[in-house]
Amino acid sequence: MGYPAEYRYTKEHEWVDLDGTRAKVGITDHAQSELGDVVFVELPAVGTTVNQGDTLGTVESVKAVSDVFAPIGGKVVEVNSELESSPETINTDPHGAGWLVMIEVSDLSQVDSLLDSAAYERIIAEE
Amino acid sequence: MRYIPNTDADREQMLSAIGRFSMEELFSDIPQLVKDRFQPLGISSKSELEVRTKLASLTQKNAAASALSFLGGGIYDHYIPSVVQHITSRSEFYTAYTPYQPELSQGTLTAMFEFQTLICELTGMEVANSSMYDGATALAEAAMMAARVTGNRKIAVSLALFAHYRRVLDTYCWASGIEIVDIPTVDYRCDFSHVPSDVGGVIVQSPNAFGVIEDLADVKEAIGNALMIVAVNPVSLSILTPPGEFGADIVTSEGQPFGLPPSFGGPLLGLFATRKAYLRQMPGRLVGQTVDADGKVGYTMAAQTREQHIRRQKATSNICTNAQLCALTATVYLASLGGDGLRDLAMLNLEKAHYMAQQLSDLPGCSLLCDAPFFNEFVLRVPVDPKRIRDGLRVEEILVDDPAQMEALGVTEALRFAVTEKRSKEELDRTVDLVGRML
Amino acid sequence: MRTIFDYRKRNGTGGILPELDVPAKKTTDLIPQDLIRQDKPRIPNLSEPEVVRHYTALSKLNYGVDDGLYPLGSCTMKYNPKVNEDVAHLPGFASIHPAVDPELAQGSLSVVHKMSRLLCGITGMADVTLQPAAGAHGEITGMFLLKRYFEARGETQRTRILLPDSAHGTNPASAATAGFSVTEIRSGADGLVDLNALSGELDETVAGVMLTVPNTLGIFEENIMKITAMVHATGGLCYFDGANLNAFLGHARPGDMGADVFHFNLHKTMSAPHGGGGPGSGPVAVSEALVPFLPVPRVRLDRGRYYLDWEKGQSIGSMHSFYGNFGVFLKAYTYILTLGDEGLYEAGENAVLNANYLQERLKKTYRLPYDRLCKHEFVLTGKGIADGISTLDIAKRLIDYGFHPPTIYFPLIVHEALMIEPTETESRETLDRFAEALEKIASEAQENPDLLHNAPHTAPVRRLDQTRAARNPILTYPFGD
Repeated sequence: MGYPAEYRYTKEHEWVDLDGTRAKVGITDHAQSELGDVVFVELPAVGTTVNQGDTLGTVESVKAVSDVFAPIGGKVVEVNSELESSPETINTDPHGAGWLVMIEVSDLSQVDSLLDSAAYERIIAEE
Repeated sequence: MRYIPNTDADREQMLSAIGRFSMEELFSDIPQLVKDRFQPLGISSKSELEVRTKLASLTQKNAAASALSFLGGGIYDHYIPSVVQHITSRSEFYTAYTPYQPELSQGTLTAMFEFQTLICELTGMEVANSSMYDGATALAEAAMMAARVTGNRKIAVSLALFAHYRRVLDTYCWASGIEIVDIPTVDYRCDFSHVPSDVGGVIVQSPNAFGVIEDLADVKEAIGNALMIVAVNPVSLSILTPPGEFGADIVTSEGQPFGLPPSFGGPLLGLFATRKAYLRQMPGRLVGQTVDADGKVGYTMAAQTREQHIRRQKATSNICTNAQLCALTATVYLASLGGDGLRDLAMLNLEKAHYMAQQLSDLPGCSLLCDAPFFNEFVLRVPVDPKRIRDGLRVEEILVDDPAQMEALGVTEALRFAVTEKRSKEELDRTVDLVGRML
Repeated sequence: MRTIFDYRKRNGTGGILPELDVPAKKTTDLIPQDLIRQDKPRIPNLSEPEVVRHYTALSKLNYGVDDGLYPLGSCTMKYNPKVNEDVAHLPGFASIHPAVDPELAQGSLSVVHKMSRLLCGITGMADVTLQPAAGAHGEITGMFLLKRYFEARGETQRTRILLPDSAHGTNPASAATAGFSVTEIRSGADGLVDLNALSGELDETVAGVMLTVPNTLGIFEENIMKITAMVHATGGLCYFDGANLNAFLGHARPGDMGADVFHFNLHKTMSAPHGGGGPGSGPVAVSEALVPFLPVPRVRLDRGRYYLDWEKGQSIGSMHSFYGNFGVFLKAYTYILTLGDEGLYEAGENAVLNANYLQERLKKTYRLPYDRLCKHEFVLTGKGIADGISTLDIAKRLIDYGFHPPTIYFPLIVHEALMIEPTETESRETLDRFAEALEKIASEAQENPDLLHNAPHTAPVRRLDQTRAARNPILTYPFGD
């Protein structure tokens, strides 16, 4: 699986798909592969305000729990409620149907601090 | 040393295999200063015969061992069927470790699945963990869970709790920043009309410290968003309406009556059951059903991500061991008695306690504390110094609770009695007779 | 393997308890109708032979220390002496109610008191509480003691606990329960606490440090005196997790290393059985400064009589219903009396020899991240054995060779960790067989990896589906379905 060039990424293995002022956020293929079979996802309530770097929620597999950090600050306007019944979507389609939350971005300049796909792929190659 | 298989010859060979000259070298990594400070205990090793004799002689100093017991307060003198200890003495059960490798632990895990099911059946709740250290810490964990679930760190607690439950609760709540608000009693029952409205949890014990069965019917409705936490007597659950039916959110108990000897207060058995909706906030080990690579049904630890070895500081509790062998003991005990036998057991307790209560309250100047319903424990008002009665009974090798327990709850000139299926009519009559002579 | 709920429905046979011998009253005369249970709990009625066969069969699906080697790192699965079991089952100990008049329980109280003295001697520390029912319980007891200590001194700004990144999960969980926040100190390249990292974190907001000595890599903190001195210099306290006491039992004492709080795992170091996951016993020893905060009641001796001292003073209160897991620490007491000083000394040195012997042989086949003298345990990694082979695969294949696997995936600072602790009660012969099995598995990993991927093949069940158990938890018998 490749890393979409139009997305942005964090060192903590989140991806951001920016569309105007709204950003869709998820965890990368690398992250889901390290975690193993996802069994449970904890997402914030719609309406929650988060700052860049705050904990958004958690993704749980059988053997580990990973915090998901907000790659950019803003307000959570939508969460992927499908994940409640089908957490495994994060494994099968981490960059698409396995998205976690939609954030209304408060400070678009924060996007500049994120990695592009090439930079992210370099990071995971070194791990 | 007979527990060490290796001989001097083995050790010599092993030392040379690792390139060391002496056993002392193996401790070269410990600072010399520390080694110099070491002091032995000053005790020599003993043969098995000597150790056995020495410990047996200590039991001679336990005069209570041969006495007739009416002691209660959460720990009771129940009959333990022979089957129980034979099964739990099997070394495959007691020398095994925590079932982190489920393929080698299906014995433990299957029994735990049975245990969880039995506890749910008895309490009327949806999910139970595979045990905690004791009834007191289980209750403390319930308080902490209620604070977690509701986000409200104030818990209301009935004053009619066993002293040891309240002691442990006080300690845990102080340490974890939970405020306790007392709920007063009225007529020796929890006064639910005086439950503070803004709390995260409400704790009540039934039967309570006075032996009285609390009326839980309208509690859930009255307490709003707070979690309803009930601490129960496990044997009573087979004939009393279980808390689950009254809408309880968490049920805890001291499971010692299910096949564990009193053993001077430990090891004990904490029971903990709650709603499935709160699964992720629940402390303790959980065993779940699954299948193996061939599709065969098997059992494994489930929802481990709540636990310390994965969540670390975010764990729902720091608990690591449960009271596994004690939970197995309870499982075998319940399997031996069976549902019908458990009901018979509870009826024997109920009837014998009421018979004795009647006889005692018929004695001149004596009366029951109140006319509220009770299970197998009740409080008797006496017209003389209760310590005198207790001391007099002790001379006859009959034991009752220290009256100080009741005094601490504001009840003077009273004695609490617990009556189990082990007390024959002859023993009950003899005790009543003796009490009568002391009035 | 069926459960008791799978047997056919039947009525109870009775016969365990006698008939009622007092005049019976109608239940509704004794208890109001609305408090009487209407439904029947679905608890099966099996005959006695069925119960015995059922649980005997279940026991045979288990593997215990009495079956073979159990090299779980930091668990100290040593032999559980049978005389300890017999002593704990003596009716003169087992039948004693905790709330009995102390005059009638002088024997049991003397065990509590004498065991406390022995544990003080083993640690070189001032006093002990036997209340904690397990190691983790001892940890929160220790954290509560620290909290009270600093409260009493008005130093409530001390809200942080430092611990190494190799710490056992119960450590941060315990600290958090007491309201402390946790800061991880990274280990150096040698696997030991990095002193610079430690000094960088030490300030007046630190309540203390939680250390396991030796650490979870099985390596003794050679700078232990420096570490405790550094922490004390900034007014903090030192908590030692005693899970690894078997490494220096009879040779050194944590009190001499600067420990302020130390918890025992009697079901590890002192041979009390693990019971399949409990009950344990986790007594906590403290330095002089913390004595006033120990839990109540205290067991004291006055002119030859033991009594309970309920005087609360500055005590944290109670951590257990009564005095701790008496039936468990009684076994440990019996063990210590049996061993005496020479036995404790021999236990420690043989445990360390066995571990180093295994380490020396196995490092020829498996990568040893920290190649040096270890104490009672050591950590290998399954990484590099073969492509696509995980430590889990290796562990499951060991089951086919008749061994319980070592601890896996812990400590977290070693990827694909295999933590091995043989203990002193294993023979060289067993160790050789174990090493041979691991060597064979390493070859199989190259030549026939599916043997590992699909292991175990010979256990009572094959590899269990953990994902399924976690995604759709079935936690009680599915009656209706």
